[in-house]
Amino acid sequence: MGNEYRIALAGNPNTGKSTLFNALTGLRQHTGNWAGKTVSMAQGSVPFKDKVFQLVDLPGTYSLFSNSKDEEVARNFIVFEKPDVTLVVLDATSLERNLNLALQVLEMTKNVVICINLIDEAEKQGIKINEKLLMNRLGVPVIKISARNKIGFPLLLDTIDRIITGAIECHPAQMKYSDEIEEQIRKIEPKVREMVGDRISSRWVSLRLLDGDEALLNELNKRFVPEGVR
Amino acid sequence: MDEPKLVKLVNGEKGNIIKITSINLDGVMRRRLLDLGFVAGALVEVVRKSPLGDPIAFRVSQTTIALRKEESAKIEGELVSSGK
Ligand SMILES: Nc1nc2c(ncn2[C@@H]2O[C@H](COP(=O)(O)OP(=O)(O)OP(=O)(O)O)[C@@H](O)[C@H]2O)c(=O)[nH]1
Ligand SMILES: [Mg+2]
Repeated sequence: MGNEYRIALAGNPNTGKSTLFNALTGLRQHTGNWAGKTVSMAQGSVPFKDKVFQLVDLPGTYSLFSNSKDEEVARNFIVFEKPDVTLVVLDATSLERNLNLALQVLEMTKNVVICINLIDEAEKQGIKINEKLLMNRLGVPVIKISARNKIGFPLLLDTIDRIITGAIECHPAQMKYSDEIEEQIRKIEPKVREMVGDRISSRWVSLRLLDGDEALLNELNKRFVPEGVR
Repeated sequence: MDEPKLVKLVNGEKGNIIKITSINLDGVMRRRLLDLGFVAGALVEVVRKSPLGDPIAFRVSQTTIALRKEESAKIEGELVSSGK
């Protein structure tokens, strides 16, 4: 359908992804399996203006380097299923830990919104968060919410809508690595781009290959190399 | 001033606060520990030691995480406070 858009919810365990998912989708949800994967993820729809957002609640993980099945599922979804927008849900009371995953997602995909959840709890603890500064540094929208108290939802939905229409353009901050690694990336990125095109960040794939990520290599083989050539 | 005392996490005592200086592991194990917050410069508190010393619970970046001996023996840091 022309007005349906897929929105993925990623984040560390216990940051309130499912609370946000339930609050937004209400009873319009079901569970589904993606591409034969054994881990099932809840899906639900959120009507907004002229659009319908199809939310997918990914497993909570500390990382997306496919150290575990959950990480692999979340990562493959973000990279290969290409959601229109990926929400990264952070716990406002432990941003340092949570930003690790956020930075990983920013390397993987372009359209990202950072949701700083549990803002009620942070305020109680006297934690002040400068979302404008974070937004400048991360290059994508940063929105404070409280999933449990339904705070910040209108701005969140409007921001998703504006990313989809192109009114907001994301420029996710890219980590810069040591000269040696950057040199290697320059060497292999053109070849990677030949293979994956614009569908996936060739810089990210190059980095993963340099790190010896065999799970990703297998996934790429499955998805991009024709049967007879493998 | 005294030289900072280097200790392996596995040898930390309950209450010790250790500032990580090196993680002597490779590959997936290293990656996993980094993702859990065991990065150079991070402050780690020894929260609980089981009677046999394995696993040990650590507080790092606002979360409690238990590590096996094989892992905590490979992480080294400066003893910042003995916690006593
Ligand atoms: N104070 C406060 N608590 C919240 C908020 N959002 C979620 N929580 C609580 O945080 C806990 C975890 O919420 P979940 O929605 O289950 O978290 P999750 O990210 O889906 O967790 P996993 O699926 O295990 O990764 C629950 O006890 C929620 O009630 C919030 O905005 N404020
Ligand atoms: Mg959940």
